[in-house]
Formats: sequence, structure tokens, C-alpha cells
Amino acid sequence: MKSGIVKFRQSFVEGMIKISGSLSSIIILLIVAFLFGEGLGLFGKSVVEEGYVVIVSKDNPIKAISSNDLKNVFDHNITNWTQLSEKGEKSLNTDIVVAYNIDQAFEVENTKDMIAFVPREYAAEIDNMRILDCGNISLEDFFLGKEWFPTAQPAPQFGVLPIILGTLWVSFAAIIIALPFALAAAVYLAELSDKKTYAMLKPAVELLSGIPSVVYGFFGLIVIVPIVQKTFGLDVGETALSGAVVLAIMALPTIITIAEDAMRSTPRMMREASLALGASKWQTIYKVVIPHSASGITAAVVLGIGRAIGETMAVLMVTGNAAVMPHTLLEPIRTIPASIAAELGEAPTGGAHYQALFILACILFLITLCINLIVDRISSKSKIKSR
Amino acid sequence: MKRTLVVLFAAMLSMAGYGQKIKGSDTVLPLSQKEAEAYKGGSVSVTGGGSGVGISALIEGSCDIAQASRKMKFTEKKKMESAGKQPKEVVIAYDAIAVIVNPANKVSQLTRKQLEDIFTGKITNWKQVGGADMKIVVYSRETSSGTYEFFKESVLLNKNYKSSVLSMPATGAIIQSVKQTKGAIGYVGLAYLTKGVKALKVSYDGKKFVAPTVANAKNKTYPIVRPLLYYYDAKKANKKVKSYIDFVLSAQGQKIVSQVGYIPVK
Repeated sequence: MKSGIVKFRQSFVEGMIKISGSLSSIIILLIVAFLFGEGLGLFGKSVVEEGYVVIVSKDNPIKAISSNDLKNVFDHNITNWTQLSEKGEKSLNTDIVVAYNIDQAFEVENTKDMIAFVPREYAAEIDNMRILDCGNISLEDFFLGKEWFPTAQPAPQFGVLPIILGTLWVSFAAIIIALPFALAAAVYLAELSDKKTYAMLKPAVELLSGIPSVVYGFFGLIVIVPIVQKTFGLDVGETALSGAVVLAIMALPTIITIAEDAMRSTPRMMREASLALGASKWQTIYKVVIPHSASGITAAVVLGIGRAIGETMAVLMVTGNAAVMPHTLLEPIRTIPASIAAELGEAPTGGAHYQALFILACILFLITLCINLIVDRISSKSKIKSR
Repeated sequence: MKRTLVVLFAAMLSMAGYGQKIKGSDTVLPLSQKEAEAYKGGSVSVTGGGSGVGISALIEGSCDIAQASRKMKFTEKKKMESAGKQPKEVVIAYDAIAVIVNPANKVSQLTRKQLEDIFTGKITNWKQVGGADMKIVVYSRETSSGTYEFFKESVLLNKNYKSSVLSMPATGAIIQSVKQTKGAIGYVGLAYLTKGVKALKVSYDGKKFVAPTVANAKNKTYPIVRPLLYYYDAKKANKKVKSYIDFVLSAQGQKIVSQVGYIPVK
């Protein structure tokens, strides 16, 4: 009787674990499918915002215009029609008259050199005009474009290259800053500290990872940004370097904890053999312990990078969020998570901007996936070695 | 004991069900919250999320009033009409946008054209507008902000900001950054002006420079002023929605507007 109950309990628990396990895997797969499903509709969409068209006069010989040129025309960076034509092509040689909305469009009706941005339904009501072909959003514009103006009218610019590079730039810089400190702390915790200091330091390190990231961000804005600005004599303190320092502090607990575990797993025999051969404690650490735990330390570093890449709030507050190509560490940059956090709330659901942000999320997902695969690779190698 | 609890719970549920829901702009949020607290004609629940979020909730019918810091876009109006609803717009207050610089900056006034050139990147040094030889660091809000859109429309005349502007997630962050950066320029709502930053006088015609104060915004001499709006469905609107909006526009409601730091309609 009793063994029957035990058996039943066992199979019940087993069943529950199975159900919850498969359920959570399915949910994770659904989230991934959702991410990609929301994002991929972007390509092939018209460059001009949905429901709107760009019109020019019927007498204007221009055939088509690229997304970037369109933006420059409406920003008054291109002011003459001849600037828009290739050599030998027919074009007007007058200044461009720009109408930003339907009211202005009616004012410039019948002018030969006008270009206007109007709702599609009203386009027909304006005399003497035709719809200008502006093309579709292409993969090239998206991945190689260098301008991120997601709300520009009439042609939003979705160039994600500066944002992707900015993310990688600040994350790697953060790890380079964090690595020496984290390694030193791990060595101290694993090898040198006595029980009392260890009991104090270990919870302190773990506490670091419990602080909300917005607090780190605010700390960075108030403390680190002015320090960076003064030290380097910069015009502005919100730079990739400030972001990297904040991220380095945030990645410390991850790296320290994993690296320390790796060092602790060095077999006692090896340590004792080294000491028995007359090596000092320090020689044992850097000739035996560190080489033995090298793969664990690498895994710690890679996971630290993963932590830094996905961080949102802190970088949003200290990196300045300017979507420019990163050249040095002393310039503002914009990262993928910060862009998503700052913009998704106001992007119209299903619109081009919304989809572009979801593709950014997919890119972030793929980057973290790669990082996790690398960690897997490294730790499986170390298992083979230790056998 | 149990019964009273059940009754209480049911009462709470029914109140939540019958109360009006206001959703939208984070700029209008503090004002709506104060108004809702003072309003005695029933419960009103207020949530933020952004102007676009509020308007799409109104179109879907999941809120009664959408609060917005920008006018409804043409496409949003069309969408609402095709859902069988008639958007009605009410201006409940005005908000002035102040242009701020670091207190150490000598420049104290700028024209609209100069502001446009600074924010679009044609002017990059303070000496070009009569200041010290110092690079201009331009701070802006994120693209999701209604203030960003309004400033672009009103001051930049629809041109885009230069791509190297620093975009900050919140008004407080802009003030903090302008405080600690010598060459900084930024813009914030009038209600957020504090001592650590200097507000510039602005002129649209190039002749008369006006300081951003509540008085100047009220008598319409200060040019960078935007309306704060409520939208509701004119076809479905019941007495409750109307009586709440009447309250906001009443003398008592408008007094709350000035307390929150915005400019009353009347």
C-alpha cells in the first residue's frame, strides 16, 4: 500500500516536471517565433510612411528618388533639382519647393518645381501632379545604412549599422576594463582570502548583481560621466567610455563568481603536487590553478560580455544615445537595447518603425545565441581535457 | 466577516468597471492624475504610456479618453473614423517649451533660425551665435517623446535633428546633463525649469526676444507653446466623460493646471 503511494507520487512528480518543462520550452520557442514574425515584414515595405505618398509636378522629368535623397530634400540639404539627376538625364534646374503637409501642398499646387508629402487619399485632389516612385526598404539600406531616423517624414531612415557597432563596441570595452579587476578578485576569493574575509566579501560581490540597473545608470550619470568629462577634457561626458565603465561594474559579479568556481574546481592533488615540488603559493596560482581553470575563466568572460550586451537602462542613461558610427571610446554611442527601450512605446503597432525595432531585437537575440554557443563549446572542451 | 469582504470586493470590482479610463501621454499624466483625484463625480483611472498608446487605445475602445501632447495624426484620425468613431478634441492646458543652456554660457537669447541651425548641425560652435569659443553639445529627447516631435515641427520646421544629437530618456536627464556640460543646449517643459540651468530668451521674428515664463506663455508672446489635449469619441461619449471634461475646464480644474506647472486655457 505504502509503496503504491510512493510510486504514484513519483510518477506524479515526474509528469509535472515533464509538463512544465515542455510547456516552458514551447513558450520560449513561441517568443522567438513572435520576435521574428513581427520583424520580418519590414523588408519590401514602401520607403514612404504607410498611407502617404510623395508627389511631384507632372512636368518634372524625375523618375525615382532614393530614400536618403528624399530625406535630404526635406531637410533642405539638397535644394536644387539638378542635384538629384545623374549626368545626361533630363531634369529641372530650379530650386526645390518643399511642402511638408497637405495644407502646404495646396499652396504650391501647379508649381513646376514642387515636391509634397501628402496622404494617399488626397493626392488626387491636387492638380497637375503625379506620384513619385520612392522604392522599397531594402536589406542593404537596413544593415549597411548609417543613419537612424526612425520617425523622419516622409522617409524614415533605418540604418542599424551604427547601433549594432555601438553595442559591440561598448560591451567589449566594458569587458576589457572589467577583466583585470574580476580576475584579481576571483584569485583572491578562491586562493588567498581567509574564511572570515571570504564570508564578508562573497555576499558583497553577489549583492552587486542585485542592484537595479537604473540605479547603476543614475550613479553613472551623476558620478562617472563628470569624471570622464574632466579627466579627458571632453565637451561632453556621456560617452562610450562612461557606458563601458558602468557596464564593467555590472558585469563584475558574473565574471567573479564563475571564474572563482572554476579556480576552486582545480583538484587538490595538483595544488599539493606543485607545492611539494617547492613552488611558492603565487607560483602555484599562476602556473597551475589559472592554466587549469582557463576554460572556466574564458566562459566567465564570454558570459560577462553577454550580460553587458543585453543591458538596457544603465547604458540608456550614460552613453548619450547618439546613433553615430563609433570611432573612439570618447564619443557618444547608441546601443540596441537602449533603442528598443526608448522607442518601442511610441512606435505605432505593426508600422515600419515597430518592425525595425523587432529586427533589432532579433539581431540581439542572435548575438546572445552565438555567445551561449561559444560558452557551450568552451565548457565541453574543458570536460574532455579533464578526463 | 467573510461576507463583508465579498461585498467589498464586489464593490471594488464594480467601481473599477464603471470608472472612466484615461490613457496616453506621460506629459499630461501628472495633470490628469491630480484632476482625477480632485474630481468628485465618480472614479477615474489614469495611466501613461505615451500619446500614441493612448490614441490607439481610444480607437480600440479600451479607454474613454486619450490624453495627448500632440495632435492626432491624419492616419490615426482615418483609422478611428473607419472604426465607426468620431474623434473630438479638447484643449485642456498649454505647455511651454524652454530652451536651456549651462549657467556659465554667455549667450542669453537666440532666434528661431539660430536654434534650427544649432539643432540641425549647421552651427556647431557658440562663437557663431555670439558666445565663447566652445563646441555646442546638443541634447534632445528620445523620438518617442511628444516634446521631440513638437520641437521638430515648431522650431526646426519639420527638418530632422542632426544625427549626433544626444538623446536622453527623460527630462530630468536633460537637465542633469545640461547642468554638468558647459557647451550644452537642450529643451524641457516649462514646469521642469530649475536653478541649475539657464533658460534662453527666444524670438521667432528676430526682433523681440521673450523669456519663457508662465505670464509670457499665457499672453501668447512666448512662441514655443503647445496644447495638451484630450480626445474622446463624440458618438459614444456619455454624460460621465463630458462632466469630467467640464470639471477640468472649470475654474477649479484650471487652478490645478497652474499648480502642476502648466498654463491654463483661460
